[in-house]
Amino acid sequence: MISVQNISKHYGPVKAVDGVSFEVAEGETVALLGTSGCGKTTTLKMINRLIEPTAGELFIDGKNVKDQPAELLRRSIGYVLQNTGLFPHYTIEENIGVVPSLLKWDKQKTRQRTLELLEKLHLPQDVLKQYPSQLSGGQQQRVGLARALVADAPVLLMDEPFGALDNITRTKIQEEFKQLDELKRKTIIMVTHDVQEAFTLADRICLMHKGKIVQIGTPQQLLFHPAIDFVKQFLEGQRLQLELASVKVTDLWDNFSDQPGEDAESETADITIWEAFRLFTNGRTSVTFSRANERKKIDFSALMLAFQQYQEQQTA
Amino acid sequence: MNQQQTLWQFMQQQSDKLLTQTLEHIGLTFISLLLAIAVGVPLGIFISRRRSFAGSILGVAGVLQTIPSIALLGFMIPMLGIGAKPAIAALLIYALLPVIRNTYTGITGVDPSIKEAAQAMGMSKSDILRKVELPLAMPVILAGIRTAAVINVGVATLASFIAAGGLGEFIFGGISLNNSNMILAGAIPAALLAILFDVSLARVQKLNVKKLAAASKALVVIFILLAGFYLAPAAYGSKLLAGFTPEFMGRQDGDLGLKEKYGLKIRTLVISDAVMYKAAYQKRLDVISGYSTDGRLKAFNLVTLQDDRAIFPPYYAAPLVSDNALKKFPLLEQTLNLLSGHINDSVMTELNYRTDYLHETPEKVARDFLVKEGLFRPSRQGNDGTVRIGSKIFGEQYILAEMYRMLIEGNTNYAVSTKTGLGGTKICFDALTNNQIDFYPEYTGTGLLVMLQPDQQTLNSLGSNRDKTYNYVKSEFYEKYRLHWLKPIGFNNSYALMMRQQQAAALHIKTISDLKRFLDNK
Repeated sequence: MISVQNISKHYGPVKAVDGVSFEVAEGETVALLGTSGCGKTTTLKMINRLIEPTAGELFIDGKNVKDQPAELLRRSIGYVLQNTGLFPHYTIEENIGVVPSLLKWDKQKTRQRTLELLEKLHLPQDVLKQYPSQLSGGQQQRVGLARALVADAPVLLMDEPFGALDNITRTKIQEEFKQLDELKRKTIIMVTHDVQEAFTLADRICLMHKGKIVQIGTPQQLLFHPAIDFVKQFLEGQRLQLELASVKVTDLWDNFSDQPGEDAESETADITIWEAFRLFTNGRTSVTFSRANERKKIDFSALMLAFQQYQEQQTA
Repeated sequence: MNQQQTLWQFMQQQSDKLLTQTLEHIGLTFISLLLAIAVGVPLGIFISRRRSFAGSILGVAGVLQTIPSIALLGFMIPMLGIGAKPAIAALLIYALLPVIRNTYTGITGVDPSIKEAAQAMGMSKSDILRKVELPLAMPVILAGIRTAAVINVGVATLASFIAAGGLGEFIFGGISLNNSNMILAGAIPAALLAILFDVSLARVQKLNVKKLAAASKALVVIFILLAGFYLAPAAYGSKLLAGFTPEFMGRQDGDLGLKEKYGLKIRTLVISDAVMYKAAYQKRLDVISGYSTDGRLKAFNLVTLQDDRAIFPPYYAAPLVSDNALKKFPLLEQTLNLLSGHINDSVMTELNYRTDYLHETPEKVARDFLVKEGLFRPSRQGNDGTVRIGSKIFGEQYILAEMYRMLIEGNTNYAVSTKTGLGGTKICFDALTNNQIDFYPEYTGTGLLVMLQPDQQTLNSLGSNRDKTYNYVKSEFYEKYRLHWLKPIGFNNSYALMMRQQQAAALHIKTISDLKRFLDNK
């Protein structure tokens, strides 16, 4: 879907981005991760030509992005900014309607689509007549997302989308974000400096440092098969939490002893260990997980033991 | 309290003029403000795009701002002449800096993430400017316009120096006539206008961004309407345009008399007499107040209107001689009287024309004239005592003093010393009474109004009658000061209304009453 071929951006002698290449498949979510100044935001902005690359080519759906005027290109790419970038002088309805009006949609269609998105994003209808400053940070971010989604562009670019939110709001919105059906079929590239966020939301992570890609891969690949020491060090501080958040119960399936589940109710095994922890609350000592036609009953210590074995297998 | 009342009376009495001046003032302020917006906002946008130009453009606007306003108006005259054009240009220059600077600051101050969002959503550059940057910068831009409006109300008072009208006419007329009611009648409305514009623009500025868009459009329309006020007095006033000096405006034998005795209603500009004659010649003014023997009358082909209701007292010139001198120099009186009857108004105008306009020396002009009239005799180089001649500090008096010198030197054995350029009336008169000079040419009107200052009844009884005035002045002067008025030279240098010869002829206007009839006949 998106093909980035050896792009660079130089500001005088400074190489902000230096020969970066990667591919993003349709429907995939890729996180550009790294510290400030690593070139991740510059890379993102070259995709919708907010920044023109010094060298290299970019293709979306096989078409070079340079082949059409930048304004038209951008109308087909959703964009979410860190501090929302909502127009303070527009009502929420007008803010969401910016791209439809550029695309010359009729009013009825815009209205319908706006209402649909409000519902999906859990926003009350009375925000429509309000101005951004009257909304909470979380609501503003949802409106920012609605604005990016309204024209149903197949590609969505997000620059630190949840960076300005407090922890609780952020976790909540990230959760909703994962559930949103609108996003499941989109090709998404997001920029973040938050390792946790990258691991929670992305299918693949592209770790950048000093304008270059250090490693690109799934969360597990980064955790258990770091390409160089830098990757290991970068993730070290939050390693355990990241592992818990990225390894799924199905990944441990073979490490569980065969204890056929008897409970009528079962939980899907397609959840992370971190999420599985929550099932063990309220005095519940064992949970029956199901994968395909199999069922296994597992208690908390069995889960931890299997996780430990998995870690050893991966790094061996 | 008394002061208050008379101010109020003054304003009532002059309400026509007050209204005209206020409208002109508002018009001047807003024409220039509109132009400043039309020039300044695009410039501000330009430098917000090309920051490298910002320093130099703001710098130039800043330097222009520091030029003293009167100097700036002075610079404008050679380029744009007098009247509205240079005034508007000067006001435009003062209004420019706040408008450019605030546009620049407003646009560059828009949150970059909002601009980026606009760009990322696929808005074109002009979309971003119109829909995002300008609306968000509008409160700051309006603050600049507000500053410019207040500056312009103040500077526009100076427009009256170059006949562009406005409340400065009262303010500066009042200053030159030492009339504080007149000053206040101009200054108070000017201050009120400044406050009014400031407060109402502040209101607009505080509207939310949404309403601002509509309000800004409304403002442009309102500004254009207000700018139109400058033209209003023209429609409201009359077919002809007058230009009077500030002094004439405040004198009983001036504009006040014209209103009172003739009921003359004419749209009037206040203008300095340095540019007045030329402005009439160039058809920028139709009627001016001048001196009836001024050389420029001839230079610019103007005619004086007959004062048929006698508001201008006669100003016949005659030598004013001390009693001492007549006794000491027995031949003096008959010698000085040689000139009597030789110079009428048009002759004097011609002579003044040669000195004032052709820049010939008074000596040459005097000599040529005496030769032509057969009065010239070569100097006898006598040494039978020295006659001291004084004169006031303008061309006509210099010429007369020279003529008297030549007559005395040619016809008697007296020697002559001239003390020309003795400032105004007061200085000459004091020099004469203190025996520092023996005589100087004086005007009957001046003697009457400046020195004798008789009561109104006496004035009325004299009217504009030349002989009655002369005889009254002559006898009063002898009684009071022991000074002798010799025979009048013949010309009358009084205030007069003047028009272009051609126009006056075409409109059949010969007298001030004709002028009034023409103006009233709409």
